[in-house]
Amino acid sequence: MSKYQTHEYDVVVVGAGGAGLRAAIEASARGARTAIVCKSLLGKAHTVMAEGGVAAALANVEPRDNWQVHFRDTMKGGQFLNQWRMAQLHAQEAPERVRELEEWGAVFDRTKDGGILQRNFGGHTYPRLAHVGDRTGLEMIRTLQDRGVHQGIDVFMECTIRRVLVADAASVGAHDGAGRRAAGCMGYFRESGRFVVFRAKAIVLATGGIGQCWEINSNSWEYTADGHALALWAGADLIDMEFVQFHPTGMVWPPSVRGTLITEGVRGEGGVLQNGQRKRFMFDYVPDRYKGEFAETEEEATRWVEAVIAGKRPEARRPPELLTRDVVARAIRAEVRAGRGTPHGGVYLDIASRRTPAEIKRKLPGMYHQFKELADVDITKEPMEVGPTCHYMMGGVRVDPETQESTVPGLYAAGEVGGGLHGANRLGGNSLSDLLVFGKRAGEFAAARARQMPEWPAIDDDEIDRIARQSLAPLERSVGPNPYALHQELQQLMQRNVGIVRSEADLQEALVKLADLRARAAGVKCSGNIQFNPGWHLGLDLANMLDVSEAVVRAALERKESRAAHTREDFPDASPQWGKVNLIVRQAAPGTGGGAMAVHQQPLPQMPAELDALIKGK
Amino acid sequence: MAGTSTSERTSAENATAQTTKAETARAAQTTADQTTLRIFRGDKQRGELVDYTVPVAPGMVVLDAIHEVQARHAPDLAVRWNCKAGRCGSCSAEVNGRPRLTCMDRLDKYPSGEPIVVRPMKAFPVLKDLATDVSWNFRVNKKIPAFQLRTDRPRQFSQAEADRVQEFRKCIECFLCQNVCHVLRDHDRQGEFCGPRFLVRVAGLEMHPLDAADRLPLLKNELGIGYCNITKCCTEVCPESIKITDNAIIPLKERVVDRYYDPLKQLLQILSPRRSETAAGPPTLPPPPTPPASSGGKNA
Repeated sequence: MSKYQTHEYDVVVVGAGGAGLRAAIEASARGARTAIVCKSLLGKAHTVMAEGGVAAALANVEPRDNWQVHFRDTMKGGQFLNQWRMAQLHAQEAPERVRELEEWGAVFDRTKDGGILQRNFGGHTYPRLAHVGDRTGLEMIRTLQDRGVHQGIDVFMECTIRRVLVADAASVGAHDGAGRRAAGCMGYFRESGRFVVFRAKAIVLATGGIGQCWEINSNSWEYTADGHALALWAGADLIDMEFVQFHPTGMVWPPSVRGTLITEGVRGEGGVLQNGQRKRFMFDYVPDRYKGEFAETEEEATRWVEAVIAGKRPEARRPPELLTRDVVARAIRAEVRAGRGTPHGGVYLDIASRRTPAEIKRKLPGMYHQFKELADVDITKEPMEVGPTCHYMMGGVRVDPETQESTVPGLYAAGEVGGGLHGANRLGGNSLSDLLVFGKRAGEFAAARARQMPEWPAIDDDEIDRIARQSLAPLERSVGPNPYALHQELQQLMQRNVGIVRSEADLQEALVKLADLRARAAGVKCSGNIQFNPGWHLGLDLANMLDVSEAVVRAALERKESRAAHTREDFPDASPQWGKVNLIVRQAAPGTGGGAMAVHQQPLPQMPAELDALIKGK
Repeated sequence: MAGTSTSERTSAENATAQTTKAETARAAQTTADQTTLRIFRGDKQRGELVDYTVPVAPGMVVLDAIHEVQARHAPDLAVRWNCKAGRCGSCSAEVNGRPRLTCMDRLDKYPSGEPIVVRPMKAFPVLKDLATDVSWNFRVNKKIPAFQLRTDRPRQFSQAEADRVQEFRKCIECFLCQNVCHVLRDHDRQGEFCGPRFLVRVAGLEMHPLDAADRLPLLKNELGIGYCNITKCCTEVCPESIKITDNAIIPLKERVVDRYYDPLKQLLQILSPRRSETAAGPPTLPPPPTPPASSGGKNA
């Protein structure tokens, strides 16, 4: 028996954002004894930052919408690298998941006849995003949180998981993997610094993303790539790691808020992008695959906005500001690099000249407040200055589309840490629906897996001791680099070398520098004691960030083409060959908690003819 | 201190002002425009205020300065934060004696040349430095029955009905209202009174057009709504500008009064009982009949 505080659960969910909460609710509802473990206080997870809405083909605003159109939009946005079955399940099940939230008390904005209102967003053919002003994520997380705490789920707050424990770890290296399975996880309580062990029959990773690896990002401190690293170290496959989303509209000024998100809802509500000379530039950046689908003149775009505001079906085509995020982010970068940026190196996002102050304050209250307080800008009168910010990780744990189980039995992943749904680029609004659809599925199948198991799998006490000793080492060193300095160095490296546009030389240099950073991080010194010590926590998180950054770089090196969120300066075009494969990253010798990584090409699964026809139909 | 308010300027003037700010930013890196934070360091047994001086860039907020302190001087300084945009309610503290979300609290609002004093919220026990033990709030929340879907009406409701509860559902649980409520802060009535945050929460449920549960006995008894004497301290500090007292607490107080203390309504209740009392409540008369439509919410 371990000398550390030890708990036994059927299902342990790591992460309490939308996906984690939805998974825990489902597992618990199906009779599994369920715990949820989270790094922050309950209700503070990054889902609260989601603004624009949750995509679901409810067809409340546009009766022509249905799952088939949502499926096609999602695949097209991901440039067809998406796992088709996930995209199908997502489009089919999202409406039910949203209606279910309403049954649990969520209050979405309303249509005139009292239904759930839906707004336009980039890449969605029809108004599809159920929303609550610009605080949709808060509404979702509060609804799920309250549903969860009244259902008997045990919550372990401010607890960081350091390792997924794998039973029969010795056999992990063999890819038939006989006997290996997730057996639990180990971490520490942030407040006391004490270690804790969870034995579990199934584990759901719902840890979110990796944005803290980049200097300019829209993510909270929690986004240190925990789940991606936990899965990698447990021997699971990661997929699509080269695809990192840079949201086109982050704040650029003042410096202290650089990267903070400005919802795509601003453009959904009619906002336009202009360069430093106040010229509207997105008309010049419509890719061939979207030709004919977007307005070609300002006059046409304005007619579309006016129709939408009036609640009519627009005859005009949509404004090009509503192209997918990868396209808009690259366009902004190109304008700025061509010397047509704003004084602080961004472009303008103007809603003031499009909507009345009352409308802006009503539909975008958070944006109004954020700019007023933090940037001294009144967005009802002046344009915002915006630029790309690292926002979302398309890549993640490779999962079975139906069950969300990873390639390690008993280990599941849902939400941002899961990979496959979004392919090479995610559409706005598809993240919140992803959390609900696949959070629910992960909880359901994790509970079923637990039910099949009469006993808890064995855990290795020696391994737990070893992880504990490794974790405490930074506190015991008398000399060593400062964790904050190393983190900043990593962020600057990834920002400079692994940003929106990449090249062989930059990526190779990143690999060399990551190796150097890893060597130094191994000797990091954290002063203070084990009680609520953020420097120590960051010192430990560096390992996750470094390994996952390397996975991103290795996949980006391998994919020698430009596609959606992955742009290679040295391979500027999309290649039909590369359009047929996903990239898989895994540890060359899994289960060792570090070591070399290998990248494999994995042919896309064959799509059924009827779905293929849906895509080719347009 | 860098940065001045530009909100009154025209956009042309603004552009000039921003250029000036950019120059200030570059200057700050070389001449180290600085500020001093005087931060509480310690735990529940003991603590002291410690001065830290950090460089200042335009637009910095108190939380940015705290992060600078962590990176440069005190890596083990405990502080909670998440979104850094006023949306998650993690970084509450008392800055120069005023309860604030530190991520929305601009340094340039404070007089330059004087230390800015940052202390943890007073109404909660200190864990370490600026982090407090807010677990009591989560225990109170658990006492409030969850949303229960009404099955006797269609799902449709209007935006006006949504607006009423959306105000309460904006709450980001920063607990600043709990921190300033004198019933909790000065009289330590945590055992008897739930505090403004949870009255807002109950209001969001009780006035929800689709909710069927009855929380009035709970409000009167375990949540102790009677302790609030509507001093509006909570409303003043709410970073989401929720009119806590006027829109949540007073209407709930009226409902409790109507149920428990209005003799005419009590008589009507005896004549036409509609709902049975929950087991948690004390022995009381049956609840009221359907109130007039003007009261809105689920009883409308």
